[in-house]
Amino acid sequence: MSGPLGKDLLGLEPLSGDQIRLILDTAEPFKEISERAIKKVPTLRGATIVNLFFEASTRTRVSFEFAEKRLSADTVNVAASGSSVSKGETLVDTARNLEAMRIDMVVVRHGASGAAQFLAERIESNVINAGDGTHEHPTQGLLDLLTLRDHFGKLDGLKVCICGDVLHSRVARSNIWGLTKMGARVAVCGPRSLLPNAIDGMGVTVFDHIEEAIGWADALNVLRLQLERMTAGYIPSLREYNRVFGVSRERLERAGRDLLILHPGPMNRGVEIDSDVADGPFSVILDQVTNGVAVRMAVLYLLSGGRPELAEAAKGGGGAAR
Amino acid sequence: MPDTALTVLDARSLQRTLRRMADEIVELNNGTDDLLIVGIQRRGVQLAARIVSMIAERENATVPQGALDITLYRDDLQTVGPRPVVGPTDIPTDIDGKHVVIVDDVLYTGRTVRAALDELADFGRPRRIALAVLIDRGGRELPIHADIVGRTVSVPPGSRIDVLIGEMDGRDAVVQVTPGTPA
Amino acid sequence: MSKLILLRGGRVVDPSQRLDAVADVLIADGKIAAVGARVAEGAPGAEILDCAGLVVAPGFIDVHCHLREPGREDVETIATGARAAAAGGFTAVCAMPNTDPVTDNQAAVGFIVRQAQRADAARVYPIGAVSVGQKGGSLAEFGEMVGAGAVAVSDDGKPVASAHLMRTALEYARTFGIPVADHCEEPTLAQGGAMNEGLMSAKLGLKGIPSEAEEIMAIRDILLARRTGGHVHLCHMSTRGSVDLIRWGKERNINVTAEVCPHHISLTEDAVDGYDTNAKMNPPLRTADDVEALRDAVKDGTIDVIATDHAPHHYDEKEREFADAPNGIVGLETALAVNVTWLVRPGILDVPTLVERMSVAPARIFHLPGGTLRPGAPADVTVFDPAAEWVVEPARFRSKGRNSPYAGMTLTGRVHFTLVDGRVIHRAG
Repeated sequence: MSGPLGKDLLGLEPLSGDQIRLILDTAEPFKEISERAIKKVPTLRGATIVNLFFEASTRTRVSFEFAEKRLSADTVNVAASGSSVSKGETLVDTARNLEAMRIDMVVVRHGASGAAQFLAERIESNVINAGDGTHEHPTQGLLDLLTLRDHFGKLDGLKVCICGDVLHSRVARSNIWGLTKMGARVAVCGPRSLLPNAIDGMGVTVFDHIEEAIGWADALNVLRLQLERMTAGYIPSLREYNRVFGVSRERLERAGRDLLILHPGPMNRGVEIDSDVADGPFSVILDQVTNGVAVRMAVLYLLSGGRPELAEAAKGGGGAAR
Repeated sequence: MPDTALTVLDARSLQRTLRRMADEIVELNNGTDDLLIVGIQRRGVQLAARIVSMIAERENATVPQGALDITLYRDDLQTVGPRPVVGPTDIPTDIDGKHVVIVDDVLYTGRTVRAALDELADFGRPRRIALAVLIDRGGRELPIHADIVGRTVSVPPGSRIDVLIGEMDGRDAVVQVTPGTPA
Repeated sequence: MSKLILLRGGRVVDPSQRLDAVADVLIADGKIAAVGARVAEGAPGAEILDCAGLVVAPGFIDVHCHLREPGREDVETIATGARAAAAGGFTAVCAMPNTDPVTDNQAAVGFIVRQAQRADAARVYPIGAVSVGQKGGSLAEFGEMVGAGAVAVSDDGKPVASAHLMRTALEYARTFGIPVADHCEEPTLAQGGAMNEGLMSAKLGLKGIPSEAEEIMAIRDILLARRTGGHVHLCHMSTRGSVDLIRWGKERNINVTAEVCPHHISLTEDAVDGYDTNAKMNPPLRTADDVEALRDAVKDGTIDVIATDHAPHHYDEKEREFADAPNGIVGLETALAVNVTWLVRPGILDVPTLVERMSVAPARIFHLPGGTLRPGAPADVTVFDPAAEWVVEPARFRSKGRNSPYAGMTLTGRVHFTLVDGRVIHRAG
């Protein structure tokens, strides 16, 4: 029952450029559905999807939920705090219980890297990684790619710099894999204490100064700086971070050309990004949110269904549309 | 034995048939007011475009044209293997109160038209929906009939109808293909 | 008449006597009686073990394993551990003190000695804790523990974080002539780490443990050994840098010895890909470059011994998110085969050097009986086939632990007989 993407979407690293292109192309017609009077198609009628969120998340969960509902799936949200996980149930038991309830798909967000794969290896349902630890957040990477492609018309040859806390960012990893597979050139910029030591091995350029990054890039993907990085000793203060690495209008104007600005949210205005940049004419931050629903619909559609055993049964009745 | 192809319509008769269908659409609608012609992806869209330009020639009126991709409304999505490619759906105007004519190349089981009716209903409430098809080959599985038919063909079991459109296939023709037996 | 056993016709490899020849080994009264071509003639009625085509070596000694008793008898006991050891060709193992309660006093050491006697398999030598409760505070009673049977001290599992404590331990241990075995890990660098720091950790989004976490402590310990004259034994070395530092220390005649584990000379961090918790251990699997350096170091003697760091865990504990899974793998029953497969077969080690690193050197540096087939020595003998292939099936382990990264692999090198005090404690099925 594995479609063009396989059973699960765990990350962009295992996908080919063609598979990523298929998801982006499939997302295009899904954009239109959200513009209709009745924002719903019957595609996943009867499918049961569990949104299993072990970490608090508003925007990703809501985006998935809209995507699922617009495809007419039945959805259940399970938040870690409201489930038996808080009573110390292991992830493997959670997986087995979900399996026993005969669900079709699981969208999982978890604080541990590899948790989505762990689940995927233990249940037959399709698993979609909605963020696992500091590993990957593939649907965020895909919506970033879609937003960039919408704007520039192509990804091949595009220069994108990911700015900020790459070390702890699953968004950064999914972006690096997705962009490089689609032929874009990727750089990272941030304090070295927030970049993985071996980052060059992932095929990216490193800029130590945000001015260099702005001078080079066509687009900046500005990562959220988690406030706890300060207490953990990675950076001295948010004030200094903003002064040295903040994406400000002055810095962008000095580049003398327009850069597209992306941010996965939620933003810390005045820390990694200044408000006049976030709200400025080259910010596509809200386009990213809109595209998020379309990309997730595309992923749900491509992973779902396709049960050959039912096709066999339907053959006699001439099940095909034409 | 190789495949045998029987020509149902050649390029000229296809064009002639479409012209008649265009006339019938205008006649059925009593003019071109509130008319919206919607083609079903993919060849229905091409046929709809030709019909719209024929109406423009004869009636000197621009009729709005839309496109429907019914993939997401198919009733067999749970059973088909790899996910079918989804094409664009484009309904350019508000369809409330409109006279919508759905255009498709071949009418067979009726399931595609069922899906198209469901999809159109999600865009609004047209005053009337009519169906125009180039070929009606019989074999309905749903209570659906076409208002305007280009040609009715009786297709023997095992054979199929291929509609070829210049824009996509390089030439205009409708052929009935009977697959040969492997040598 | 005493019980006689004749190990007939094997390739007798005993580096303690520079011996490598086809010969018979006669055992009488639990001791080696004679080694030679015609010893059988003087031993009518001896039980004969046919060793043709096999290697007969002094019994392997593992200076580093975790037998979990007391405290976690559900995952291993001294008895199951000692039987697993025997199955792996080990005639003696040294049990690390990170039990519950910690083996940090005379009574706790005595308990292990008694349990080992009852197990009636491989010998088990306790290692006592360096600090009370392995808390890194005050010194445990080395003298009392040695009196009860401890052969070394270590806070293994936890590094000795305080340089002062390490210094005093090395000094104090001199009275008893025991090594201080240290798990080299600078805690602030290693904190929260789940694997080697490098490209793979960056890809997997797992916090890495840099090589320097080990190397900083290795050089600290070497320098403190120089200062104190104490014997520091560096556990489970995993990096090229550590090898260089040990070499530096040995060139200066500093009293340092070192061990490497079979997994660190056979696997790299690539094994972690896919979040396989059976590839999670501390120190972590490193890079191919580190593996190469470690193999060279075992060959040239910079690293003295190969030790297993056998660390059984309940399968539930490994069946979880990678970052939360415990460190360690079982190693007693695969050690020989891993060493043969990755060191002997590629031609890095010859069989005598392998026996040196697995038997002779461990006995020498931990001052243990065994490690030799000289007449008069206890008849602790391992007989193995260096060419036999077998498939690793954890379900068939004698250990209660099943957590092996080698599961399903075909390895070369199989134990046929293990004898302790002249008694066959393991016989290949």
